[in-house]
Amino acid sequence: MAVAIEALADEMYKMVAETQGKKNLKALDLTKAMIAKYGEAECSKDDCKHAIRQLIDSGRCVYSYFGGSFITLPHKEGAAPE
Amino acid sequence: MADGNGKPKAQMLDELEKGPWPSFVKEIKKAAETSPVCHDLMGQLEVSYEEKRSHWKHGGIVGVLGYGGGVIGRYSDLPDQFPNVAHFHTLRVNHPSGWFYTSDALRTLCDIWERHGSGLTNMHGSTGDIVFLGTKTDELEPTFKELTEAGFDLGGSGSVMRTPSCCVGQARCEWACYDTMAACDDITRTYQDELHRPAFPYKFKFKFSGCPNDCVAAIARADLSIIGTWRDDIQQDDAAVAEYAASGLNIQKDVCNRCPTHCMEWDGKKLTIENKECVRCMHCINVMPKALRPGKEKGAAILIGAKAPILQGALLSSVLIPFVPAEELLDTLKELVSRIWDFWGEYGKNRERIGELIQRVGMANFLDGIGLDPVPEMVGSPRDNPYIYFQGKDGDQGT
Repeated sequence: MAVAIEALADEMYKMVAETQGKKNLKALDLTKAMIAKYGEAECSKDDCKHAIRQLIDSGRCVYSYFGGSFITLPHKEGAAPE
Repeated sequence: MADGNGKPKAQMLDELEKGPWPSFVKEIKKAAETSPVCHDLMGQLEVSYEEKRSHWKHGGIVGVLGYGGGVIGRYSDLPDQFPNVAHFHTLRVNHPSGWFYTSDALRTLCDIWERHGSGLTNMHGSTGDIVFLGTKTDELEPTFKELTEAGFDLGGSGSVMRTPSCCVGQARCEWACYDTMAACDDITRTYQDELHRPAFPYKFKFKFSGCPNDCVAAIARADLSIIGTWRDDIQQDDAAVAEYAASGLNIQKDVCNRCPTHCMEWDGKKLTIENKECVRCMHCINVMPKALRPGKEKGAAILIGAKAPILQGALLSSVLIPFVPAEELLDTLKELVSRIWDFWGEYGKNRERIGELIQRVGMANFLDGIGLDPVPEMVGSPRDNPYIYFQGKDGDQGT
């Protein structure tokens, strides 16, 4: 049975939270990790796309740009003035 | 930082107003008469010129909800000195295909930007977007709301499909071999997620040119270049050719001798074209537009892998599909793009353009990966090494 989108989003959130400040993760990294964990039969690229959409649209994660585009937890912009 | 009459101090910037050409300094000065943002921008620029260093810092997370692109964060590292440019974010707004606007649309855009930002625009950025220069983080969402209500959307930035762009195509150009504006619009609408939600190793650009004149320089700048071409013979009007000759055009010197494959002959009365040798350079058609036209069997060539120099040097596109009939173009393009993006997503490194990936893994492996058979038109130039070793089917090395 396919993994629920919500469950994928939670797994992805956990990955982003665990690596925050150590490694920047791209949408592709999250997708590959989920497919490696559940297998393509249970978790398609499209499912992962929807899970990422849910993470971003809910505000739990944000897109960030540091040379490339990554998915991170919302945080205060480092370059912004106090 | 201002002189006695309240104007920003700008001795060094003043130098950039000299000469007969348009000056961005002149325009910012005009805007500074009513805009405190532009006033401070002038001040900070002057300091940068004096100190020979930038005082901008790059932002990383500002944007509008749900979008991972379209806003480029900028902050001043002199916020106390120039508080009005402490935040100075750029917005990229998706331009209409072919850059056609009504006056009303332009006024709407400018009014939105004067309400929410500095009022300074760049028409257009190098990818083609309308560029809004300078606003605060709090103004991003209100600007986006007004833009979408006016029928505009943000463009791309970061590791996304960048805002596609095209030449004016069949709207104004008789050489267009397919409807570039329709193709550009279709791709923009089809790939909204890819445009706004970064999911690629790096940027990916589509550019649509209607003919080999390539007015949007797709061959030099786009990861996927779609360039109009034709499959049959150049359409020729002999009477019009004779008129050109009679009016003083030196057809031998200015047309035949400049043909890169020397596929044409002029005997003083009749122009003969060996169409099989024609490489669609457009030179003869450009010189004699009333006498020569692209053929009737029109479509496009799809090329891959161009980029401007950023991380590595510039690359020109390589032919991927030599000819697709105009009516099959979009279906072919979408099928091809899904295979390319799958391969790139699987094997591309962070910040590696598709052209760089092809260079790294080799075109043969790339073609194999996307399931496309090699064809002679993919060869950029003949091999110059005469020593060729062929591998036999059983793995034996032949010669």
